[in-house]
Amino acid sequence: MLAALISYFGDFDLAEEAAAEAFATAAQRWPSDGVPDNPAAWLVTTARHRAIDRLRRDRVLAGKLRLLAATETTHWDDDVDDTAIPDERLELIFTCCHPALATEAQVALTLRAVAGLTNDEIARAFLVSGETMKRRLTRAKTKISTAGIPFSVPPPDVLPERLAAVLAVVYLIFNEGYDRAPELAAEAIRLGRVLAALLRDESEVSGLLALMLLHEARRAARFDGQDLVLLQDQDRSKWSWPDIEEGRAILDRLDLDRSSTGPYVIQAAIAALQTEERLDWPRISALYTALADLTGSPVIRLNSAVAIAEADGPAVALAVVDRLDLPDYQYWHSTRAELLRRLGRADEARAAYREALARARTEPERRFLEGRIANF
Amino acid sequence: MQYALLIYHMPGALEALSAEEREKVSQEYWALRGEPEVTGGVALHPVETATTVRNQDGKTLVTDGPFADTKEIFGGFYLLEAENLDEATKIAARVPAVRLGGSVEIRPVRTRP
Repeated sequence: MLAALISYFGDFDLAEEAAAEAFATAAQRWPSDGVPDNPAAWLVTTARHRAIDRLRRDRVLAGKLRLLAATETTHWDDDVDDTAIPDERLELIFTCCHPALATEAQVALTLRAVAGLTNDEIARAFLVSGETMKRRLTRAKTKISTAGIPFSVPPPDVLPERLAAVLAVVYLIFNEGYDRAPELAAEAIRLGRVLAALLRDESEVSGLLALMLLHEARRAARFDGQDLVLLQDQDRSKWSWPDIEEGRAILDRLDLDRSSTGPYVIQAAIAALQTEERLDWPRISALYTALADLTGSPVIRLNSAVAIAEADGPAVALAVVDRLDLPDYQYWHSTRAELLRRLGRADEARAAYREALARARTEPERRFLEGRIANF
Repeated sequence: MQYALLIYHMPGALEALSAEEREKVSQEYWALRGEPEVTGGVALHPVETATTVRNQDGKTLVTDGPFADTKEIFGGFYLLEAENLDEATKIAARVPAVRLGGSVEIRPVRTRP
Protein backbone atom coordinates (compact mmCIF):
# COMPACT_ATOMS: atom_id res chain seq x y z
CA MET A 1 0.00 0.00 0.00
CA LEU A 2 2.85 2.33 0.89
CA ALA A 3 4.40 1.61 -2.49
CA ALA A 4 1.20 2.63 -4.23
CA LEU A 5 1.08 5.93 -2.36
CA ILE A 6 4.75 6.73 -2.87
CA SER A 7 4.38 6.01 -6.55
CA TYR A 8 1.26 8.16 -6.82
CA PHE A 9 2.64 11.17 -4.98
CA GLY A 10 6.32 10.83 -5.83
CA ASP A 11 7.09 11.79 -2.23
CA PHE A 12 8.15 9.34 0.49
CA ASP A 13 7.38 11.50 3.52
CA LEU A 14 3.96 12.62 2.31
CA ALA A 15 3.01 9.02 1.57
CA GLU A 16 4.16 7.79 4.98
CA GLU A 17 2.25 10.49 6.87
CA ALA A 18 -0.90 9.97 4.84
CA ALA A 19 -0.74 6.20 5.31
CA ALA A 20 -0.30 6.58 9.07
CA GLU A 21 -3.32 8.88 9.27
CA ALA A 22 -5.42 6.49 7.20
CA PHE A 23 -4.54 3.58 9.50
CA ALA A 24 -5.38 5.71 12.54
CA THR A 25 -8.76 6.61 11.05
CA ALA A 26 -9.45 2.96 10.24
CA ALA A 27 -8.61 1.98 13.83
CA GLN A 28 -11.12 4.55 15.04
CA ARG A 29 -13.96 3.89 12.59
CA TRP A 30 -13.93 0.21 11.63
CA PRO A 31 -14.83 -1.21 15.08
CA SER A 32 -18.10 0.75 14.98
CA ASP A 33 -18.76 1.14 11.22
CA GLY A 34 -17.58 -2.32 10.23
CA VAL A 35 -14.67 -3.27 7.95
CA PRO A 36 -15.17 -2.15 4.31
CA ASP A 37 -15.52 -4.74 1.53
CA ASN A 38 -12.14 -3.79 0.09
CA PRO A 39 -10.05 -2.61 3.05
CA ALA A 40 -6.93 -1.95 0.95
CA ALA A 41 -8.83 0.27 -1.46
CA TRP A 42 -10.45 2.14 1.43
CA LEU A 43 -7.08 2.77 3.07
CA VAL A 44 -5.44 3.98 -0.13
CA THR A 45 -8.37 6.24 -1.03
CA THR A 46 -8.50 7.69 2.46
CA ALA A 47 -4.76 8.27 2.51
CA ARG A 48 -4.92 9.88 -0.89
CA HIS A 49 -7.66 12.29 0.21
CA ARG A 50 -5.72 13.19 3.37
CA ALA A 51 -2.62 13.90 1.32
CA ILE A 52 -4.52 15.96 -1.25
CA ASP A 53 -5.96 18.07 1.57
CA ARG A 54 -2.49 18.66 2.94
CA LEU A 55 -1.13 19.59 -0.46
CA ARG A 56 -3.92 22.10 -1.01
CA ARG A 57 -3.00 23.78 2.28
CA ASP A 58 0.70 23.84 1.54
CA ARG A 59 1.74 26.29 -1.18
CA VAL A 60 5.33 25.05 -1.27
CA LEU A 61 4.12 21.77 -2.74
CA ALA A 62 1.99 23.52 -5.38
CA GLY A 63 4.04 21.90 -8.06
CA LYS A 64 2.95 18.47 -6.92
CA LEU A 65 -0.68 19.55 -7.14
CA ARG A 66 -0.16 20.21 -10.83
CA LEU A 67 1.11 16.66 -11.12
CA LEU A 68 -1.96 15.36 -9.29
CA ALA A 69 -4.31 17.36 -11.48
CA ALA A 70 -2.80 15.71 -14.52
CA THR A 71 -3.42 12.25 -13.08
CA GLU A 72 -6.87 12.89 -11.58
CA THR A 73 -8.53 11.66 -14.73
CA THR A 74 -7.31 8.07 -14.17
CA HIS A 75 -9.87 6.02 -12.28
CA TRP A 76 -7.66 5.42 -9.28
CA ASP A 77 -10.35 3.74 -7.17
CA ASP A 78 -11.04 1.16 -9.87
CA ASP A 79 -7.37 0.32 -10.14
CA VAL A 80 -6.75 -0.41 -6.48
CA ASP A 81 -6.83 -4.18 -6.62
CA ASP A 82 -4.26 -6.91 -6.19
CA THR A 83 -2.76 -6.56 -9.65
CA ALA A 84 -2.17 -2.79 -9.43
CA ILE A 85 -0.27 -2.93 -6.15
CA PRO A 86 2.53 -5.27 -7.38
CA ASP A 87 3.35 -2.85 -10.22
CA GLU A 88 3.83 -0.06 -7.69
CA ARG A 89 6.12 -2.27 -5.64
CA LEU A 90 8.22 -2.92 -8.71
CA GLU A 91 8.33 0.81 -9.52
CA LEU A 92 9.44 1.49 -5.96
CA ILE A 93 12.26 -1.06 -6.11
CA PHE A 94 13.57 0.30 -9.42
CA THR A 95 13.36 3.86 -8.08
CA CYS A 96 15.27 2.99 -4.91
CA CYS A 97 17.98 1.36 -7.03
CA HIS A 98 18.25 4.11 -9.65
CA PRO A 99 21.84 4.58 -10.88
CA ALA A 100 21.68 8.32 -10.13
CA LEU A 101 21.69 7.43 -6.42
CA ALA A 102 24.90 6.47 -4.65
CA THR A 103 25.12 2.72 -3.97
CA GLU A 104 24.93 3.13 -0.20
CA ALA A 105 21.86 5.32 -0.70
CA GLN A 106 20.28 2.63 -2.91
CA VAL A 107 20.89 0.03 -0.22
CA ALA A 108 19.51 2.22 2.60
CA LEU A 109 16.48 3.33 0.63
CA THR A 110 15.64 -0.23 -0.47
CA LEU A 111 15.82 -1.46 3.11
CA ARG A 112 13.72 1.47 4.35
CA ALA A 113 11.05 1.79 1.69
CA VAL A 114 10.83 -1.74 0.27
CA ALA A 115 11.82 -3.97 3.18
CA GLY A 116 10.28 -1.64 5.77
CA LEU A 117 13.18 -1.65 8.21
CA THR A 118 13.34 1.34 10.56
CA ASN A 119 16.07 3.93 10.32
CA ASP A 120 17.70 2.59 13.50
CA GLU A 121 17.55 -1.03 12.34
CA ILE A 122 19.38 -0.13 9.13
CA ALA A 123 21.91 2.04 10.98
CA ARG A 124 22.70 -0.82 13.37
CA ALA A 125 23.08 -3.31 10.53
CA PHE A 126 25.60 -1.07 8.74
CA LEU A 127 27.38 0.02 11.90
CA VAL A 128 26.67 3.74 11.57
CA SER A 129 24.83 6.12 13.88
CA GLY A 130 21.10 6.69 13.54
CA GLU A 131 21.79 10.32 12.64
CA THR A 132 24.16 9.32 9.83
CA MET A 133 21.62 6.92 8.36
CA LYS A 134 18.83 9.50 8.70
CA ARG A 135 20.95 12.02 6.76
CA ARG A 136 21.76 9.42 4.11
CA LEU A 137 18.07 8.60 3.62
CA THR A 138 17.04 12.26 3.58
CA ARG A 139 19.69 13.11 0.99
CA ALA A 140 18.53 10.22 -1.17
CA LYS A 141 14.87 11.24 -0.99
CA THR A 142 15.80 14.85 -1.75
CA LYS A 143 17.83 13.73 -4.75
CA ILE A 144 14.86 11.73 -6.05
CA SER A 145 12.48 14.69 -5.89
CA THR A 146 14.85 17.50 -6.84
CA ALA A 147 16.56 15.73 -9.72
CA GLY A 148 13.33 14.21 -10.96
CA ILE A 149 14.17 10.52 -10.67
CA PRO A 150 11.02 8.94 -12.09
CA PHE A 151 8.81 6.37 -10.34
CA SER A 152 8.59 3.86 -13.13
CA VAL A 153 9.61 0.43 -14.24
CA PRO A 154 12.35 1.05 -16.83
CA PRO A 155 11.47 0.55 -20.51
CA PRO A 156 12.57 -2.70 -22.22
CA ASP A 157 15.70 -1.20 -23.81
CA VAL A 158 17.31 -0.40 -20.45
CA LEU A 159 15.54 -2.96 -18.25
CA PRO A 160 18.37 -5.55 -18.29
CA GLU A 161 21.00 -3.18 -16.90
CA ARG A 162 18.57 -1.58 -14.44
CA LEU A 163 17.49 -5.01 -13.22
CA ALA A 164 21.14 -5.96 -12.83
CA ALA A 165 21.53 -2.91 -10.56
CA VAL A 166 18.55 -3.99 -8.42
CA LEU A 167 19.90 -7.52 -8.10
CA ALA A 168 23.32 -6.13 -7.21
CA VAL A 169 21.78 -4.13 -4.34
CA VAL A 170 19.91 -7.17 -3.04
CA TYR A 171 23.04 -9.33 -3.27
CA LEU A 172 25.07 -6.60 -1.57
CA ILE A 173 22.59 -6.60 1.34
CA PHE A 174 22.83 -10.39 1.49
CA ASN A 175 26.64 -10.39 1.53
CA GLU A 176 26.69 -7.66 4.17
CA GLY A 177 24.57 -9.88 6.33
CA TYR A 178 26.20 -13.16 5.45
CA ASP A 179 28.78 -13.31 8.22
CA ARG A 180 27.79 -10.46 10.46
CA ALA A 181 24.07 -9.75 10.48
CA PRO A 182 21.66 -12.64 9.86
CA GLU A 183 18.68 -10.28 9.86
CA LEU A 184 20.11 -8.53 6.76
CA ALA A 185 20.59 -11.82 4.94
CA ALA A 186 16.97 -12.68 5.78
CA GLU A 187 15.80 -9.30 4.42
CA ALA A 188 17.74 -9.86 1.21
CA ILE A 189 16.07 -13.23 0.74
CA ARG A 190 12.68 -11.65 1.45
CA LEU A 191 13.41 -8.99 -1.19
CA GLY A 192 14.51 -11.74 -3.55
CA ARG A 193 11.17 -13.50 -3.07
CA VAL A 194 9.24 -10.29 -3.80
CA LEU A 195 11.25 -9.73 -6.98
CA ALA A 196 10.89 -13.36 -8.09
CA ALA A 197 7.12 -13.13 -7.63
CA LEU A 198 6.91 -9.85 -9.56
CA LEU A 199 9.30 -10.83 -12.35
CA ARG A 200 8.55 -14.49 -12.99
CA ASP A 201 10.05 -14.43 -16.49
CA GLU A 202 13.46 -13.10 -15.45
CA SER A 203 15.69 -16.10 -14.80
CA GLU A 204 18.43 -14.04 -13.13
CA VAL A 205 15.97 -12.95 -10.44
CA SER A 206 15.12 -16.56 -9.62
CA GLY A 207 18.79 -17.42 -9.92
CA LEU A 208 19.73 -14.86 -7.26
CA LEU A 209 17.02 -16.12 -4.91
CA ALA A 210 18.21 -19.70 -5.33
CA LEU A 211 21.83 -18.60 -4.78
CA MET A 212 20.99 -16.77 -1.56
CA LEU A 213 18.92 -19.69 -0.22
CA LEU A 214 21.69 -22.18 -0.96
CA HIS A 215 24.32 -20.00 0.75
CA GLU A 216 22.10 -19.19 3.73
CA ALA A 217 21.35 -22.89 4.19
CA ARG A 218 24.96 -23.46 5.26
CA ARG A 219 25.08 -20.68 7.87
CA ALA A 220 24.99 -22.91 10.94
CA ALA A 221 27.81 -25.12 9.65
CA ARG A 222 30.24 -22.38 8.56
CA PHE A 223 31.73 -21.77 11.97
CA ASP A 224 32.89 -24.00 14.76
CA GLY A 225 33.03 -21.45 17.56
CA GLN A 226 35.52 -18.90 16.30
CA ASP A 227 36.92 -21.20 13.64
CA LEU A 228 36.07 -21.15 9.95
CA VAL A 229 34.97 -24.52 8.57
CA LEU A 230 35.66 -25.20 4.91
CA LEU A 231 32.85 -26.48 2.71
CA GLN A 232 34.25 -29.99 2.42
CA ASP A 233 34.56 -30.28 6.22
CA GLN A 234 31.12 -28.96 7.11
CA ASP A 235 28.62 -30.96 9.10
CA ARG A 236 25.86 -31.47 6.54
CA SER A 237 23.32 -32.20 9.23
CA LYS A 238 23.65 -28.57 10.31
CA TRP A 239 22.56 -27.34 6.89
CA SER A 240 19.03 -26.06 6.46
CA TRP A 241 17.64 -28.68 4.09
CA PRO A 242 14.33 -26.87 3.42
CA ASP A 243 16.36 -23.94 2.05
CA ILE A 244 18.51 -26.26 -0.05
CA GLU A 245 15.44 -28.06 -1.42
CA GLU A 246 13.85 -24.74 -2.27
CA GLY A 247 17.02 -23.52 -4.02
CA ARG A 248 17.28 -26.75 -6.01
CA ALA A 249 13.58 -26.60 -6.92
CA ILE A 250 13.96 -23.06 -8.26
CA LEU A 251 16.84 -24.17 -10.48
CA ASP A 252 14.89 -27.19 -11.71
CA ARG A 253 12.01 -24.94 -12.75
CA LEU A 254 14.31 -22.67 -14.78
CA ASP A 255 14.80 -23.50 -18.43
CA LEU A 256 18.59 -23.58 -18.39
CA ASP A 257 19.11 -22.72 -22.04
CA ARG A 258 22.88 -22.30 -22.11
CA SER A 259 22.92 -19.24 -24.33
CA SER A 260 20.73 -17.18 -22.01
CA THR A 261 22.14 -18.29 -18.66
CA GLY A 262 23.31 -15.39 -16.57
CA PRO A 263 25.82 -15.11 -13.71
CA TYR A 264 23.38 -15.55 -10.82
CA VAL A 265 21.87 -18.69 -12.33
CA ILE A 266 25.34 -20.16 -12.90
CA GLN A 267 26.44 -19.31 -9.35
CA ALA A 268 23.25 -20.89 -8.00
CA ALA A 269 23.88 -24.02 -10.08
CA ILE A 270 27.39 -24.23 -8.62
CA ALA A 271 26.06 -23.78 -5.09
CA ALA A 272 23.49 -26.53 -5.71
CA LEU A 273 26.18 -28.92 -6.95
CA GLN A 274 28.18 -28.14 -3.82
CA THR A 275 25.37 -29.49 -1.64
CA GLU A 276 25.60 -32.99 -3.07
CA GLU A 277 27.06 -35.92 -1.16
CA ARG A 278 29.81 -36.52 -3.72
CA LEU A 279 30.95 -33.35 -5.47
CA ASP A 280 30.91 -33.48 -9.28
CA TRP A 281 34.12 -31.46 -9.72
CA PRO A 282 34.28 -31.61 -13.51
CA ARG A 283 30.77 -30.12 -13.71
CA ILE A 284 31.52 -27.55 -11.01
CA SER A 285 34.77 -26.66 -12.75
CA ALA A 286 33.01 -26.25 -16.11
CA LEU A 287 30.39 -23.95 -14.56
CA TYR A 288 33.03 -21.81 -12.82
CA THR A 289 34.95 -21.48 -16.10
CA ALA A 290 31.75 -20.48 -17.91
CA LEU A 291 31.09 -17.90 -15.21
CA ALA A 292 34.63 -16.52 -15.45
CA ASP A 293 34.35 -16.29 -19.24
CA LEU A 294 30.94 -14.59 -18.98
CA THR A 295 31.94 -11.98 -16.41
CA GLY A 296 35.63 -11.52 -17.19
CA SER A 297 36.10 -11.23 -13.44
CA PRO A 298 39.58 -12.16 -12.16
CA VAL A 299 38.11 -13.02 -8.76
CA ILE A 300 35.76 -15.52 -10.36
CA ARG A 301 38.64 -16.85 -12.44
CA LEU A 302 40.45 -17.38 -9.12
CA ASN A 303 37.47 -19.29 -7.72
CA SER A 304 37.37 -21.40 -10.87
CA ALA A 305 40.97 -22.44 -10.18
CA VAL A 306 39.89 -23.99 -6.88
CA ALA A 307 37.44 -26.21 -8.76
CA ILE A 308 39.95 -26.88 -11.55
CA ALA A 309 42.40 -28.11 -8.91
CA GLU A 310 39.87 -30.75 -7.83
CA ALA A 311 38.98 -31.76 -11.38
CA ASP A 312 42.35 -31.51 -13.15
CA GLY A 313 44.97 -31.29 -10.41
CA PRO A 314 46.87 -28.47 -8.65
CA ALA A 315 49.45 -27.83 -11.40
CA VAL A 316 46.82 -26.88 -13.99
CA ALA A 317 45.05 -24.75 -11.39
CA LEU A 318 48.26 -22.96 -10.35
CA ALA A 319 48.88 -21.98 -13.97
CA VAL A 320 45.45 -20.32 -14.04
CA VAL A 321 46.09 -18.52 -10.73
CA ASP A 322 49.53 -17.24 -11.71
CA ARG A 323 48.12 -15.61 -14.85
CA LEU A 324 45.96 -13.36 -12.65
CA ASP A 325 46.98 -9.90 -11.43
CA LEU A 326 45.53 -9.65 -7.91
CA PRO A 327 48.51 -8.78 -5.67
CA ASP A 328 46.38 -7.10 -2.99
CA TYR A 329 43.72 -9.77 -2.85
CA GLN A 330 43.96 -11.96 0.23
CA TYR A 331 42.39 -14.99 -1.42
CA TRP A 332 44.76 -14.91 -4.40
CA HIS A 333 47.60 -15.49 -1.97
CA SER A 334 45.76 -18.10 0.07
CA THR A 335 44.69 -20.00 -3.05
CA ARG A 336 48.27 -19.99 -4.40
CA ALA A 337 49.45 -21.15 -0.99
CA GLU A 338 47.06 -24.08 -0.94
CA LEU A 339 48.01 -25.17 -4.46
CA LEU A 340 51.73 -24.84 -3.74
CA ARG A 341 51.22 -26.90 -0.59
CA ARG A 342 49.56 -29.66 -2.58
CA LEU A 343 52.43 -29.59 -5.08
CA GLY A 344 54.91 -30.12 -2.24
CA ARG A 345 56.52 -26.67 -2.67
CA ALA A 346 56.54 -25.99 1.08
CA ASP A 347 58.71 -22.85 1.29
CA GLU A 348 56.74 -21.04 -1.42
CA ALA A 349 53.49 -22.19 0.17
CA ARG A 350 54.48 -20.84 3.56
CA ALA A 351 55.47 -17.48 2.03
CA ALA A 352 52.15 -17.25 0.23
CA TYR A 353 50.20 -18.06 3.41
CA ARG A 354 52.06 -15.23 5.15
CA GLU A 355 51.08 -12.83 2.36
CA ALA A 356 47.46 -13.91 2.83
CA LEU A 357 47.69 -13.54 6.61
CA ALA A 358 48.99 -9.98 6.22
CA ARG A 359 45.80 -9.15 4.34
CA ALA A 360 43.29 -11.13 6.40
CA ARG A 361 40.43 -9.05 7.77
CA THR A 362 38.58 -11.26 10.24
CA GLU A 363 39.67 -13.22 13.30
CA PRO A 364 38.41 -16.62 12.03
CA GLU A 365 40.32 -16.13 8.77
CA ARG A 366 43.49 -15.15 10.65
CA ARG A 367 43.25 -18.20 12.89
CA PHE A 368 42.69 -20.45 9.87
CA LEU A 369 45.77 -19.10 8.06
CA GLU A 370 47.93 -19.19 11.19
CA GLY A 371 46.86 -22.80 11.62
CA ARG A 372 47.91 -23.59 8.05
CA ILE A 373 51.36 -22.00 8.55
CA ALA A 374 51.88 -23.84 11.83
CA ASN A 375 51.05 -27.18 10.25
CA PHE A 376 54.11 -27.26 8.00
CA MET B 1 11.40 19.99 -15.24
CA GLN B 2 14.28 22.19 -16.27
CA TYR B 3 17.78 20.75 -16.35
CA ALA B 4 21.22 22.15 -17.10
CA LEU B 5 23.62 19.87 -18.98
CA LEU B 6 27.15 20.94 -18.04
CA ILE B 7 29.58 19.74 -20.69
CA TYR B 8 33.13 18.71 -19.76
CA HIS B 9 35.72 17.92 -22.41
CA MET B 10 38.68 15.59 -22.12
CA PRO B 11 41.75 17.75 -22.80
CA GLY B 12 43.11 17.21 -26.30
CA ALA B 13 40.09 15.20 -27.43
CA LEU B 14 38.95 17.66 -30.08
CA GLU B 15 42.50 18.49 -31.16
CA ALA B 16 43.12 14.80 -31.84
CA LEU B 17 40.37 14.77 -34.46
CA SER B 18 40.82 15.66 -38.12
CA ALA B 19 39.39 18.96 -39.29
CA GLU B 20 36.61 17.05 -41.00
CA GLU B 21 35.72 15.11 -37.84
CA ARG B 22 35.84 18.33 -35.77
CA GLU B 23 33.38 19.93 -38.19
CA LYS B 24 31.07 16.92 -37.88
CA VAL B 25 31.20 17.15 -34.06
CA SER B 26 30.43 20.86 -34.21
CA GLN B 27 27.37 20.14 -36.35
CA GLU B 28 26.18 17.56 -33.80
CA TYR B 29 26.37 20.19 -31.07
CA TRP B 30 24.33 22.64 -33.14
CA ALA B 31 21.83 19.93 -34.03
CA LEU B 32 21.28 19.18 -30.34
CA ARG B 33 20.83 22.88 -29.70
CA GLY B 34 18.00 22.77 -32.23
CA GLU B 35 16.09 19.90 -30.58
CA PRO B 36 12.66 20.93 -29.23
CA GLU B 37 13.53 19.98 -25.63
CA VAL B 38 16.68 22.12 -25.66
CA THR B 39 15.65 25.63 -24.64
CA GLY B 40 19.05 27.24 -24.32
CA GLY B 41 22.76 26.72 -24.35
CA VAL B 42 26.13 28.20 -25.08
CA ALA B 43 29.50 26.94 -26.23
CA LEU B 44 32.47 28.58 -24.52
CA HIS B 45 35.80 29.63 -26.03
CA PRO B 46 38.78 27.48 -24.99
CA VAL B 47 40.11 27.56 -21.46
CA GLU B 48 43.12 29.65 -22.50
CA THR B 49 40.74 32.58 -22.88
CA ALA B 50 39.40 32.27 -19.32
CA THR B 51 39.89 34.78 -16.52
CA THR B 52 39.15 34.12 -12.88
CA VAL B 53 38.01 36.63 -10.27
CA ARG B 54 38.31 35.77 -6.60
CA ASN B 55 38.78 37.44 -3.25
CA GLN B 56 42.16 37.36 -1.52
CA ASP B 57 42.85 39.19 1.75
CA GLY B 58 39.77 41.34 1.24
CA LYS B 59 40.83 42.46 -2.23
CA THR B 60 39.50 41.42 -5.61
CA LEU B 61 42.09 39.34 -7.42
CA VAL B 62 42.04 38.84 -11.18
CA THR B 63 44.10 36.04 -12.66
CA ASP B 64 44.60 34.24 -15.94
CA GLY B 65 43.06 30.79 -16.41
CA PRO B 66 40.02 28.77 -15.34
CA PHE B 67 38.80 28.38 -11.75
CA ALA B 68 38.93 24.61 -11.60
CA ASP B 69 42.30 22.96 -11.72
CA THR B 70 40.74 19.78 -12.99
CA LYS B 71 41.70 17.49 -15.80
CA GLU B 72 38.41 17.93 -17.63
CA ILE B 73 37.59 21.32 -19.12
CA PHE B 74 34.21 22.98 -18.82
CA GLY B 75 33.12 23.72 -22.37
CA GLY B 76 29.57 25.00 -22.23
CA PHE B 77 26.05 23.93 -21.38
CA TYR B 78 22.56 23.21 -22.62
CA LEU B 79 19.30 24.08 -20.90
CA LEU B 80 16.54 21.61 -21.47
CA GLU B 81 12.98 20.78 -20.55
CA ALA B 82 12.41 17.11 -19.74
CA GLU B 83 9.75 15.01 -18.06
CA ASN B 84 12.25 13.46 -15.62
CA LEU B 85 15.89 12.55 -15.10
CA ASP B 86 15.74 9.52 -17.40
CA GLU B 87 14.53 11.68 -20.31
CA ALA B 88 17.25 14.26 -19.60
CA THR B 89 19.82 11.43 -19.48
CA LYS B 90 18.80 10.25 -22.96
CA ILE B 91 19.66 13.67 -24.38
CA ALA B 92 22.82 14.02 -22.29
CA ALA B 93 24.09 10.70 -23.68
CA ARG B 94 23.97 12.19 -27.18
CA VAL B 95 26.34 15.06 -26.34
CA PRO B 96 29.53 14.41 -28.38
CA ALA B 97 31.81 15.10 -25.40
CA VAL B 98 30.58 11.86 -23.80
CA ARG B 99 31.86 9.54 -26.52
CA LEU B 100 35.07 11.59 -26.80
CA GLY B 101 36.24 10.81 -23.27
CA GLY B 102 34.53 13.74 -21.53
CA SER B 103 31.38 13.84 -19.44
CA VAL B 104 28.11 15.67 -18.96
CA GLU B 105 26.79 16.68 -15.56
CA ILE B 106 23.00 16.88 -15.28
CA ARG B 107 21.74 19.32 -12.66
CA PRO B 108 18.16 20.35 -12.01
CA VAL B 109 17.62 24.09 -12.37
CA ARG B 110 16.17 26.12 -9.50
CA THR B 111 12.91 27.77 -10.35
CA ARG B 112 11.91 31.07 -8.85
CA PRO B 113 9.34 30.53 -6.04
